[in-house]
Amino acid sequence: MASSEKAIKISQKHLLGIQDLSIKDIHLILDEAKKFISLNKSKNKKLDILRGKTQINLFFEPSTRTQSSFELAGKRLGADVMSMNITNSAIKKGETLIDTAMTLNAMHPDIIVIRHQDSGACNLLSQKVNCAVLNAGDGRREHPTQALLDALTIIDRKDKVQGLRIAICGDILHSRVARSNIYLLNMLGAEVNIVAPSNLMPKDIEKLGVNTFSDMKKGLKDCDIVMMLRLQNERMSSSFLSSNREYYEYFGLTPDKLDYAKKDALIMHPGPMNRGIEIDTKLADDINKSVIKEQVELGVAVRMACLKIFCE
Amino acid sequence: MKKQYFLNATIIDPKNSLDEMGGLIISEEGKIEAVGKKVNKNNIPSREKFIDLSGKHIFPGLVDMRVFVGEPGYEYKENFKTLSSAALAGGVTSVVTMPNTSPIIDNVSIVDFLKRRGRDKSKINIYPSASLTKNLEGNNMTEFGLLQKKGIIGFTDGIKTIQNSRLMSRIMRSAFDLGCLIMQHAEDNELSQNGMMNDGVIATKLGLQGIPEVAEKIIIERDLSLLEDFNCRYHISQISSSKSLEVIEKKKDQIDFTTGVSINNLSLNENDIGDFRTFLKLSPPLRTEEDRQSLIRGINKDLIEVLVSDHKPEDEESKRLTFSQAATGASGIETLLPLSLELFHNNSIKLPKIIKLLTSNPARVLKIDKGNLSIGNDADFCIVDINKPWIVKKEKMISKSKNTCIEDKKLQGKVTNTFVKGVELFKL
Repeated sequence: MASSEKAIKISQKHLLGIQDLSIKDIHLILDEAKKFISLNKSKNKKLDILRGKTQINLFFEPSTRTQSSFELAGKRLGADVMSMNITNSAIKKGETLIDTAMTLNAMHPDIIVIRHQDSGACNLLSQKVNCAVLNAGDGRREHPTQALLDALTIIDRKDKVQGLRIAICGDILHSRVARSNIYLLNMLGAEVNIVAPSNLMPKDIEKLGVNTFSDMKKGLKDCDIVMMLRLQNERMSSSFLSSNREYYEYFGLTPDKLDYAKKDALIMHPGPMNRGIEIDTKLADDINKSVIKEQVELGVAVRMACLKIFCE
Repeated sequence: MKKQYFLNATIIDPKNSLDEMGGLIISEEGKIEAVGKKVNKNNIPSREKFIDLSGKHIFPGLVDMRVFVGEPGYEYKENFKTLSSAALAGGVTSVVTMPNTSPIIDNVSIVDFLKRRGRDKSKINIYPSASLTKNLEGNNMTEFGLLQKKGIIGFTDGIKTIQNSRLMSRIMRSAFDLGCLIMQHAEDNELSQNGMMNDGVIATKLGLQGIPEVAEKIIIERDLSLLEDFNCRYHISQISSSKSLEVIEKKKDQIDFTTGVSINNLSLNENDIGDFRTFLKLSPPLRTEEDRQSLIRGINKDLIEVLVSDHKPEDEESKRLTFSQAATGASGIETLLPLSLELFHNNSIKLPKIIKLLTSNPARVLKIDKGNLSIGNDADFCIVDINKPWIVKKEKMISKSKNTCIEDKKLQGKVTNTFVKGVELFKL
């Protein structure tokens, strides 16, 4: 057992983005994560795989689910987890990211989990520290663990990703979740539809190997999965949309639009949700269609897998 | 000063259509006394010592129309002394300095200070520009006439663009009356807001806000339309895309204007940004390879007349940040010529054309008698080994700021000596 595990190793030192991973890496993480799903449902959730290891969570942006998910994942594996409170730290006093990295590095952590508002911040950090860096979201670029947990959720429900038609809908422009998912789902053999108003569609995104639509009904046609994204109003400096209610009318997921997808289509959302803006509130809670809660649940398993693999 | 004789060099002087093997005689006053093939061993006095430049080139001292200096206000980035040393190492003997200093060059009283500092601290010819609008705010014009009388060579808001069309039209009328040169950095603020690099698939992948080509094109279209009414002396500081070039090509026969390009946009493309290399965060941004190729075609079709370094010294701390936080611009005055020579070595542009864009063309735009080897002129020139291989290393840079965007690049061609007014001020 031990020898076979050693045979497959992750190709990267850091988890900065799905773009850097090979298909082998992806399967390694997903297979590892599957082992943790049942553990997380059991009474005794504590392991000691990472005993003696130090994990630092460095969140420059507000986060509920990702930060708590990483914290829980580390603790369940027995690591010492420290979550930096940015509002009280030297960063508020004008310290640069590189200096923060150097300071933390001097404390010899084994893994740093970072979320930052700037694309590429995790890349910069990874160049300056000796330990592994896990990207928990950088600007609009990537959010690899979210994409991995989405894939795990899809596999859990549909047994595979290969051959599925998956629509990613909404604010693609500002979304790191969309980018990571595009890379991952493409690698796993899905057909990816991107549905967004032209104002929220990044330039030349079709070159990443996706179909683009600005009409929900066309974009959702015969889809197996409908992945809704949050409208990121906090990142919008000027008028991208006329109003939330018009957006809901044309791009919000409602039962009539969902009818265009396959009968057994599943609804996903990385959260937090804007109910009544990008998604109908009843649909979001429909246990027969929505797997939003499952995404959160499997998120812990995926992060445990990532921590374990990248800590080694 | 003793008379100096240089023989057996290849001399390129675009102003005088000179491209031949020959020599150069510098008078005791530091002026060009004779130049060209007629200057050879046979017609100089036998007692005189001469310098044999076999295998080397002589070019007129370069005229760089877009240079940022940190003085006053940002001396830690670059002062006149360090700028001058860096320029000389690159064969540049005349520069136009941008007004984006602190305080901003927008009034007559600061021009005296600037000229004094330039004269005392710098060994090259400094031609200061002043801002188009007071405090670079884009609202009220500066005193073009009075500033020009004080010695201001031209007007530009440097890294900023006049957004207001009515104001731009008025600026052109004033400049038309006063014979002033207007240099516009073409970028629509609204379209480029928060932008960090070319808008395209690379920006999408890196998750960086893009700057669309149309942001540049729309200002050029507007300005060229306004110029139809009052055709003042107008220069587009730099263009970066084929779309802008299309507009320029259409208007070229109808109105008088000139266009510049940065050596960075001519030599690099957006792919060079790679994994968030902040030293390649530039304005205008590096665009696609097709754009770069079209800029080269633009030069070969005489649609682009001026090549600049866009020398923008920034301390390393301001580059060692995330891409969005990092400062914009690259230090490049000392690599302007060597990097330009790459375009000659890879057969993109002929050598005399490159030299023309670096010497006589900018001088013509600026209406200065520099960038040539005309008899009787100041002997500002450089001697270049155009084949010498070397590698760009920031620790070897002379500029006070080491933010080169071509670190570790292998180049072919280096300036070996630079003269200003007949005095050798740089020797490799």
